[in-house]
Amino acid sequence: MLIKGGNASSTVTQVLRDVYALKKPYGVLYKKVTFFNIRKNITRPFEDQTSLEFFSKKSDCSLFMFGSHNKKRPNNLVIGRMYDYHVLDMIEVGIEKFVSLKDIKNSKCPEGTKPMLIFAGDDFDVTEDYRRLKSLLIDFFRGPTVSNVRLAGLEYVLHFTALNGKIYFRSYKLLLKKSGCRTPRIELEEMGPSLDLVLRRTHLASDDLYKLSMKMPKALKPKKKKNVSHDTFGTTYGRIHMQKQDLSKLQTRKMKGLKKRPAERKAEDQEKKSKRIKKD
Amino acid sequence: MEGQSVEELLAKAERDEAEKLQRITVHKELELEFDLGNLLASDRNPPTGLRHAGPTQEAELRALARDNTQLLINQLWQLPTDRVEEALVARLPEPTTRLPREKPVPRPRPLTRWQQFARLKGIRPKKKTNLVWDEGSGQWRRRWGYQRARDDTKEWLIEVPGNADPMEDQFAKRIQAKKERVAKNELNRLRNLARAHKLRLPSAAGMHPTGHQSKEELGRAVQVARVSTASVGRFQERLPKEKAPRGSGKKRKFQPLFGDFAAEKNSQLEMLRIMNSKKPQLDVTRATNKQMREEDQEEAAKRRKMSQKGKRKGGRQGPGGKRKGGPPSQGGKRKGGLGGKMNSGRPGLSGKRKGGQHQGGKRRK
Repeated sequence: MLIKGGNASSTVTQVLRDVYALKKPYGVLYKKVTFFNIRKNITRPFEDQTSLEFFSKKSDCSLFMFGSHNKKRPNNLVIGRMYDYHVLDMIEVGIEKFVSLKDIKNSKCPEGTKPMLIFAGDDFDVTEDYRRLKSLLIDFFRGPTVSNVRLAGLEYVLHFTALNGKIYFRSYKLLLKKSGCRTPRIELEEMGPSLDLVLRRTHLASDDLYKLSMKMPKALKPKKKKNVSHDTFGTTYGRIHMQKQDLSKLQTRKMKGLKKRPAERKAEDQEKKSKRIKKD
Repeated sequence: MEGQSVEELLAKAERDEAEKLQRITVHKELELEFDLGNLLASDRNPPTGLRHAGPTQEAELRALARDNTQLLINQLWQLPTDRVEEALVARLPEPTTRLPREKPVPRPRPLTRWQQFARLKGIRPKKKTNLVWDEGSGQWRRRWGYQRARDDTKEWLIEVPGNADPMEDQFAKRIQAKKERVAKNELNRLRNLARAHKLRLPSAAGMHPTGHQSKEELGRAVQVARVSTASVGRFQERLPKEKAPRGSGKKRKFQPLFGDFAAEKNSQLEMLRIMNSKKPQLDVTRATNKQMREEDQEEAAKRRKMSQKGKRKGGRQGPGGKRKGGPPSQGGKRKGGLGGKMNSGRPGLSGKRKGGQHQGGKRRK
């Protein structure tokens, strides 16, 4: 869900358009949102979240991007996601430099391809803000989850670098060149929008709401393998449960010399019969 | 001699291999972390080469991106592949990054009546075989379903039991019994479903005369009885002093096209008169009373819901053990906020409507 706020500069508008182009056909671009009874725009997602939630409910979108521009916060972009139609996380970034899709005159990849995402820089794991930002960006830009991917169809890469408090977002088109072996050599060609972002305010969900949103239903949890154990040396032990064996029918090695001859067998039977008669 | 040439060949082959591999290997201090299900790679190395913001920054960023992408592609190319319609397709593993869900986890369904009973009595499901030996046909047949083993409706010979009417059709009786069982089963299934989704079935509460029924229940029973005829109550006569039911029948009634010309003329003139008059045609008392009644009903329903939820959560722990206090209160807060907004809308509107009479509306001013 891409929303243009009340006062949006041309840069911000262009950014929203480009992201919409990247995320087709899953995005919804809202121009200058108006509420139905009350003529009000969503001017401040950080203050009032009800209209955002209303729109997410109507369009059934849980990820949103809101662009605006004022003197205090020029070229502002708020990226956020929802849980159960309530705002979970919102991160405000400022756009410092922007090169749009149109400005780079190259061939573009077809829309709807699943991009590859690369995050560079140790900042992404150090601060909680950055970690949430990374998870938010992954959520936003990864495509639908697929189980198979065509190797020749991997065409495009989004690369995020965190450096000196700024985040550089670049998108490249992939060119697979021959190398001697099976894996090709990669050459990159700058294709899509490139943004230089600065982290401004954040509105992160409280810990327990975040935990609630991460809850997985029992069916999706990985099933524990029973009767398999590992020891410290790496050997795998398994347990097999057998049914009770009938030991009289056990097949052992036959020694021909010990085989009962027919005369002996008859004698044994008679003995057994006499024993039974005695008992009765 | 030959030994040397073999060695030379081997060395040359090794060198060639190394050269080839060099084209695709990238040296990094810290290994990247891969999540191939999401086509994701995270590089933890601090990007020292890019510290100076300068004109060469783009090129350096690009080189870094190229290296990282090369590593990711190397990993992807090592996945097991299939050939699907002359395209090489790699089978991706499950994504390992845990991301928050969009919608909450579906609630566990409440137990059906049988499950509750079984739990109470400690009855466990017995393991049954799939096929049963059928003497009549001399084969192994299903336990239930199509062509089952002991289907009593398919018997060709039924002995008339001693106490039964000799003229009765025993075959039809069995088929009828089967239909009744099926219908009963279906009814129970739907009831379980309604209980799970908390739908309110049209209750047959007032229909069985007990002698202690309230006025409302009797009224409802009368309504239902009136409508339960073959013509859906169209030709039912009313008692001498009974008033016509309000709000029944079609919502909009149109006059016939060719009817009473005098009546049509009168209705048109009446409409013009109303439009010309300055006084409002709205009965303010009735409107405000209706509003107040609606609000009271809403609040009562909400209170009932809260008390029900409280009872349910307090009674049984159930499969979802932990109770989260956070989100319901947040949700509650937000609902209050919205409600507040809506309340602010109403006085304005009712203010417009009020003409001269301020009788009604004890609360809303």
